[in-house]
Amino acid sequence: MAIKKFVVGSFYDEQVLFPAVKAVRKSGYKIHDVYTPFPIHGLDTAMGLRDTSLHTAGFIYGITGTSVAFSFITWAFTTDWPLNVGGKPFFSLPAWIPIMFELTVLFAAVGMVLTFCYLCQLAPFVKKDHFNLRATDDTFVMAIEVTDRTNVAEAQSFLTSLGAQDVVLTEKETGWWIGRYDKRQQLLSTDPQTAL
Amino acid sequence: MALLKYESQVRPPIVEGNKDYHQVTEDICRPVEAKPSKLWWIGFIISVALLMFGVLSVYVEVVYGTGQWNLNKTIGWGWDITNFVWWVGIGHAGTLISAILLLFRQGWRTGVNRAAEAMTIFAVMCAGQFPIFHMGRVWNAFFVLPYPNTRGPLWVNFDSPLLWDVFAISTYFTVSLLFWYAGLLPDMATLRDRAKEKWRKRFYGAAAFGWTGSTKHWQRHEALSLVLAGLSTPLVLSVHTIVSFDFATSVIPGWHTTIFPPYFVAGAVFSGFAMVQTLLLITRRVLGLQEYITTEHIEVMNKVIVLTGSIVGIAYLTELFMAWYSHVGYEWFAFKENRVNLFSPYGWSYWLMMGCNVISPQIFWFKKMRRNLTVTFFMSILVNVGMWFERFVIIVTSLYRDYLPSSWSTYYTPTIWEIGFYLGTFGLFFTCYFLFSKFFPVIAIAEIKHILKKNGDNYKQKMDVVEEEKVEEFAHAHAH
Repeated sequence: MAIKKFVVGSFYDEQVLFPAVKAVRKSGYKIHDVYTPFPIHGLDTAMGLRDTSLHTAGFIYGITGTSVAFSFITWAFTTDWPLNVGGKPFFSLPAWIPIMFELTVLFAAVGMVLTFCYLCQLAPFVKKDHFNLRATDDTFVMAIEVTDRTNVAEAQSFLTSLGAQDVVLTEKETGWWIGRYDKRQQLLSTDPQTAL
Repeated sequence: MALLKYESQVRPPIVEGNKDYHQVTEDICRPVEAKPSKLWWIGFIISVALLMFGVLSVYVEVVYGTGQWNLNKTIGWGWDITNFVWWVGIGHAGTLISAILLLFRQGWRTGVNRAAEAMTIFAVMCAGQFPIFHMGRVWNAFFVLPYPNTRGPLWVNFDSPLLWDVFAISTYFTVSLLFWYAGLLPDMATLRDRAKEKWRKRFYGAAAFGWTGSTKHWQRHEALSLVLAGLSTPLVLSVHTIVSFDFATSVIPGWHTTIFPPYFVAGAVFSGFAMVQTLLLITRRVLGLQEYITTEHIEVMNKVIVLTGSIVGIAYLTELFMAWYSHVGYEWFAFKENRVNLFSPYGWSYWLMMGCNVISPQIFWFKKMRRNLTVTFFMSILVNVGMWFERFVIIVTSLYRDYLPSSWSTYYTPTIWEIGFYLGTFGLFFTCYFLFSKFFPVIAIAEIKHILKKNGDNYKQKMDVVEEEKVEEFAHAHAH
């Protein structure tokens, strides 16, 4: 990934944040991301993010689980080792429903959680650069990416006029790496020439 | 003299006191960041001691075999399976709170769901020990898994309820753990970003998986929580249904009934809520979280207890009626002579169950009793005693007099190692719970913040008054 420059503003009220997000998008700035301490319904729509397809993935994992259970039990009990239990049929579907159901749930849940972690780059010992440590406490943090067409001073004053506080220009790593939170680490070292 | 506001005054605040977002973080992180209290250490040491006694009991059983327990030819299941069903049942309340109440959009669940889900996970861990060690040759426990083996391969019996149980319990444990931890990630990030000490930064840094709070991540997180809740809801019903199949698909009098699945699920939720009450009444007091786990929460859970307790009561009477109405001699004998007859060897346990589960919870019809914390605590213990005896009654009173009177066993009493194993699971449960309450936020911080502006006392009082008419007058004028 890369180290990029950002104009970062902090908000303390979601009622100020919402109009600010809309205004920033309208005026053509590139919102890198908004970091919030809890999910804010509608913020994804306001930012123009498309809906997640995680549900669909979950459905596919689920039916995979059902088919795995059904086909494996069928093969084991009718082809591989038909076992005569009190003269009952080898293909006894009603008795398999519990296991088919459990595997449906298991596959869907495990698959979805793994997909979620993959998409959001979440794993033990993963380290990322954070814009504002209070984004997990009470602050809503908006980061605007500085491109070659961005007028930094204008962006800063625009954010301030929308109600943002502590508006700063920073440089952050956008990727993730395996690291420790008790050490200052970055994936790529900052070049002193391009530093602020 | 409340005035009509945007939201009805009928719904009292879920978060009391003057709280804003930062104060919520402070309050819930405080017990995690402070040094453990003396009370915590005492509780923790007692739990570890119990756990050690459990380890010794299990060691004796593994080395010398299941003969160390007083099980015999007719009573093949005794304390072990009683304890198994009891612990699994307790777990069910956690999933009900976290999943079913999420689907029903019940705001009050946010105060209690984290601790209740933790309870689920620890209870299922305890439950799993019993069938595994009851196998006797526990080193062969992996035989229950359908893996390609050198015995044919000889597959496990997919038609057997005991195997369904293996799949149900292990799926239940896995899904509960994933659901719980997915919810914990944002709160772990909160603790990580507040950490001062080096080890804390490192520990919570690893545990938070690099969570940032990005809007896209929250969107996916919400989708994940909703679907996991949707999956957990039928799952939790299936788990106790399958546990009841262990009994219901056999031809033992007193077990062979179609009422078992709903009856077991209701009983499970009943005992689970009682355990949640026991734990939360202590937790809120010790950690000073009375403003988040309010009397309101306690009252709502007491309503669930009286509801499920009454369902269980109806189930007891229904199975009694059906035993008589069916004209099956064995069935009626099991109920009349082995259970209802107070002077039969185990008659006392049936009436203890009836008293604790059906009669005593009825006091929760009274609002004063539902909001009385002492009564609630006492009742929560009583319900769990009663629910333990329910499983004991089902298992032992059906088994001790089978079809052949010559093999009717003498009175079954557990050995010290059976009791020790049970006490050991208490040790395991509370050791885990104490560690959880020390190192994890016991209340879902992000979820409380999510409902704070709607349900927090602080914000409710600031809501705009839309009409000047008094609520009482409005209600009076439009009552009929």
